[in-house]
Order: sequence, then structure tokens, then C-alpha cells
Amino acid sequence: MSDGATRLKRAFAEAGRPLLVPYMMGGFPSLADSRDVARALQPAADILEIGIAFSDPLADGPTVQAAGQAALDQGVTPADVIALAGELRDGPPVVLMTCVNLVLAAGPEAFFRDAAAAGVAGLIISDLPCDEGDDIRAAARAAGVAIIALVAPTTSDERLREVARVAEGFVYCVSVAGVTGGAVSVDDDLRSFVARVKAAIPLPAVVGFGVQTPGHAGTIGEFADGVVVGSQLVRTIEADGAAAAAALAAEMRAALTGDA
Amino acid sequence: MTDIPTRFGPYGGRYVPETVIEALDEFARAYSEARDDPGFARERDALLADYVGRPTPLYRAEGLERLHQAGPIYLKREDLCHTGAHKINNALGQVLVARRMGKRRIIAETGAGQHGVATATAAALFGMSCVVYMGRTDMQRQRLNVIRMKMLGADVMPVDSGSGTLKHATSEAIRDWVTNVRDTHYVIGSAVGPAPYPEIVADLQSVIGREARAQILDAEGRLPGTVVACVGGGSNAIGMFRGFLDDADVALVGVEAAGTGIASGLHGASLGEGTPGVLHGSLSYLLQTPEGQVAEAHSISAGLDYPGVGPQHSHLHDTGRVRYVSATDQEALDAFRALCTSEGIIPALESSHALAAVARHGREWGTQGPIVVCLSGRGDKDVEQAGKAMNIDV
Repeated sequence: MSDGATRLKRAFAEAGRPLLVPYMMGGFPSLADSRDVARALQPAADILEIGIAFSDPLADGPTVQAAGQAALDQGVTPADVIALAGELRDGPPVVLMTCVNLVLAAGPEAFFRDAAAAGVAGLIISDLPCDEGDDIRAAARAAGVAIIALVAPTTSDERLREVARVAEGFVYCVSVAGVTGGAVSVDDDLRSFVARVKAAIPLPAVVGFGVQTPGHAGTIGEFADGVVVGSQLVRTIEADGAAAAAALAAEMRAALTGDA
Repeated sequence: MTDIPTRFGPYGGRYVPETVIEALDEFARAYSEARDDPGFARERDALLADYVGRPTPLYRAEGLERLHQAGPIYLKREDLCHTGAHKINNALGQVLVARRMGKRRIIAETGAGQHGVATATAAALFGMSCVVYMGRTDMQRQRLNVIRMKMLGADVMPVDSGSGTLKHATSEAIRDWVTNVRDTHYVIGSAVGPAPYPEIVADLQSVIGREARAQILDAEGRLPGTVVACVGGGSNAIGMFRGFLDDADVALVGVEAAGTGIASGLHGASLGEGTPGVLHGSLSYLLQTPEGQVAEAHSISAGLDYPGVGPQHSHLHDTGRVRYVSATDQEALDAFRALCTSEGIIPALESSHALAAVARHGREWGTQGPIVVCLSGRGDKDVEQAGKAMNIDV
């Protein structure tokens, strides 16, 4: 088992409650400001997820897409975001999220060597399904960075078992068939989807996409091992700044711990 | 049931969000079953004959031969297909399969608008709802096709991101599909995208090469020396080339967009100037920055204004079976004008790139045997843009 995967699993085991995974776009609103955003989010974050902007994301809704484009327009590079992660290594584990082409362009060995050196625990690749990228997974494993698998409501039970063979750290349950930033409906479909995932994959199950309110987070925490909050935080950062985003993250965290 | 290939050499694959994997599997299964179903073939072939107007003629262009002092030159007249381009071969086939899968909503991306029109047409024919994503820039330069799509009942969704061209329209269409995958079929218009699309689109377009091969043998009693087609995503080219891949003596030439010149950096020559990378779900040659951000392409022709290319072309480029060259905006305009006046045929600006390569190399190629050019579409959609470049004032 890779080092990053061990750290991530330990985070779940030690908390003994559902974890909060706030998402932020690296380099948004600017590279310097995103450093402040990260520091502001750290106290509420059990795991911090940082996006590396790609020019042509397929799974991002308008909010995250626009944030990524703003970062790209300012010349933010994958190396900048990995360096930002390196500055945050004293805090909660960092996972990065990006698209496969940025890993291929850097070369998987170099990409994961740099990420590991920055203390990055895991990488979510939104367009790398479980049956692609053997070379990428091998390079990540060698460097000790976990590749976090994504599963969707459309993923069959048979395919969940295939995902189980490559999944590390935790498994990211995409709450809706859709892009990021809509509103999740916390209903029986979501509950049964997460139950299917937990039955097939022996890792913590974290729900993301469309988690907007502390109420969402609290309810999802009843049946999942954690929640990712992304677009709602990006919107808050854009409208009201890092402190407001930190306050929202703290409310979410309180809802997950039952303190709300 | 025959399996559908997912890779061409190292290229292709399925680099997409997990959400759509099930739908890709379903489409591959449905297409494979349809192909083995004689009823499906009968229905498709009848539509291709009576609705599309196939086989399209292979026309000997003696005016062009005189102009270039080369020959014989034959044009495969895909411009005479219903809707005005080869795109209908693919759109009709995919919509037929969508109907078998029980999908009621069709989406598509379009650059020049020919694929959008073809898809809107097929959707109208089968009573399905249709949404076409099109970059804002392309909507302006291909206005005629926007009007046609709307007349056919499609919703045309403008895409404002980036340069407002085909790359952005495709990303937006994929995002729609990720969201509505359960009831929607995404009709990709070129031989690009995640598997099984590149194979299915090529298979549906291979009728071009099959017909052309039989027609040239009939006309000349021999195979062509050279077969030429323009390459954006590369669907007309792969459809044409598939008729001749096993004929080792037939030279195959793909023509990419050189825009304002390769040296200017403003072009669409993914194979000539790109490096392997992932865009829109498959690994293929790609115009990109050293960090892997996808670059903007540039071409006077909206259909070739795309930084990627179909994965089979990447493989054929590496193996050397197909030679890929490029033609500039200006060369394409010159070839456009030459076909208008020497043959009385107004070609699409995309196809004009293939004609430009014939203008440049025709004399040399002519010594190797007949030249067959895929005239992939007609140029009605381009008259405003080309007219301006030709100083036609009305």
C-alpha cells in the first residue's frame, strides 16, 4: 500500500466520524490568494482537495470551469499548484484533482515524483476510469501517491468490483449523473448508491458533486464516510472571500460532527 | 457479436468521467448488434439510397486536370449527399442506433455546422428532440447552417468559452451528455472521442471509400495512384482511406489546416505539429502547451479548426501508411476559387484544403496514376466568408 493511501485511510480511522473534504481551485482567485484560501480552509478540513486547472475539463460545471479558466488566464501551472501543496504539508492531507492530460504531459514518473516530494497524499483524475492508465497507476504507486477512484450512480455492481481492484485511500462517489455544481438530492437513490459502493469496495466512501449546505453535509454524513464541498465554496470565495468560505466550511464540519 | 476496437496502436481509449462509461458500453453493444442485424442494414441502406442519394458519383474533373496539367483527377462527390456533406452518413447511422437503444434525445457538437445540420435532419426524420452545441465564432461564420438547424427543429446552443470554436462546442456537448446520459445519445460528428466512437464513425463513413474503390476500378480499370482528403477530426478522410488501406500501392494523403502558415503558430495541424495527448476522451496527436493545456487551433474553415484528430489517423501517421501534409487558408481559398471556375462546383472550405494539395502536388501525383479527391462537402455555407476574401461585392 502506498504511503499516501495509508495517510488517507488513517485520517478516516482516527476521526471516527465523517470527514469534510473542502475543494478549492489552485490559483483562484489568484495564486497568492489561493494560498490564503487554503490556510483559511485548513482548520475545518480533514482532507484538503486542490484542483489543478485544465483547459478542457469534462466533469466540471460552470463555477469550477470559470475558476479554472481564471487560474489559467493568470498563467498558473501544475508546478505552481504542486508547490502550493508543498507549503501546506504541515496541515491535513492534501489530494489534488485534475485531468489526465496534465499527468501525461509532465510524464507520470515526474508528475508523481514532484507530487510526492510536496507531500501530496492522493490524486483524483476525473477522466481516468478504472480500466485506463495502468502506467499512470504504476508510477503513482511507486511514488507513494494514491490514485483516488471515482464511481457514479451509473456504475454497475460488476464494474464496482473492477474499481475495487485499483481503488486506494478512499472512493469518491459522484452523487449525480452530471457535472459539478448542481444541487444534490439527498434521497433513497443516493443512499442505495453509497450502500452499493460500500458493499463492493472496502474503503471509506466520500460523496461529492452538489453538496451545497450544512444540511446536505449532515444528512449525507449519516450514511457516507465523508463529503466533498466544491462549487459552493468556490462561489463563496468569489463572492465574499476566504473568511466567508472558511466559515461555511466550519458549519459543514459542525454538521458532520453533529455539533450543529 | 463482434467486438469494437478501442485502440489504434497506442491511440484511442476511453478517458472520460466514470458517469458515461456505462453509456459507451451500451452504445458499443447496440452498434455491434445492429451491424449483425440484416434488418438494420436493410433500413440503413434504403435510407442511404433514397434519402441521402447514395452512391454519390465519382466525377472526372477534366477542367481541373487542364488547370493543373495533371490527371486524371476524380472527385468523390460527397457534396451531393442530402444536407450537403458526408456528415449525414454518420448522423443517420447513429440516430438509427439511438432509436434501437430507446433514446429520445439527441445532442451533437458542430464546427462548420454540417454535422449539426445532418444530426438535426436525422432527428427530424425520426421525431427525436435535438440540441446542437456550436461555438459563437462558428455561429457567425457559418450562419446559413445555424438557420438550417433551427428550421429543422433543433435547439442551437451557443458556446462562448475560449475562441468559440469546435473544441469548446465538443467539451460543452460532453458535459451535457454527462448530465443527461440516461435518456440522451451523443452523436459525435467526427472520428474522435472516446471508444467506441472513432471506430463507429469510421465504419459508418467507410461507405465513401468502398464506393470510390469500386467506381474508380469501373472507370479506369485500375486503382488510383493517390487518394486525398482533408483532415480536421478526420471522418471523411478515414471513411475514404478505409477503402484503400490494404492496397499498398495506393498513396494516401491527409491534408490538415495550416491556417495563416505553420510558422505563424496559427493553424490546425495536429499531426504535423502536435504531440500525443488526451482531448475529448481519446489519446491522439494534439496541439498543446508543454504543460498539457490544449491550444487553440486556427483555420479559415470551421470544420478543420480543431486542435485534435481522430486516433486512427495518429496511428496511420506513425506507421507511415498515410502521409499528412497541410494547406494554408490562402491556398484553400485559391483552390476554392479554382474549382468554382474550372468545374462549376462550389466546394466547402474544408474540402478546398484537399484540393489545395492537388494544386500543389497534382502534377507529380498524376504520374503515379489517377488522383481521387474526397470532395467532402459543398460550399454554400461558406459563400459569405469566401466571397469576402474573393472581393465579391453584392
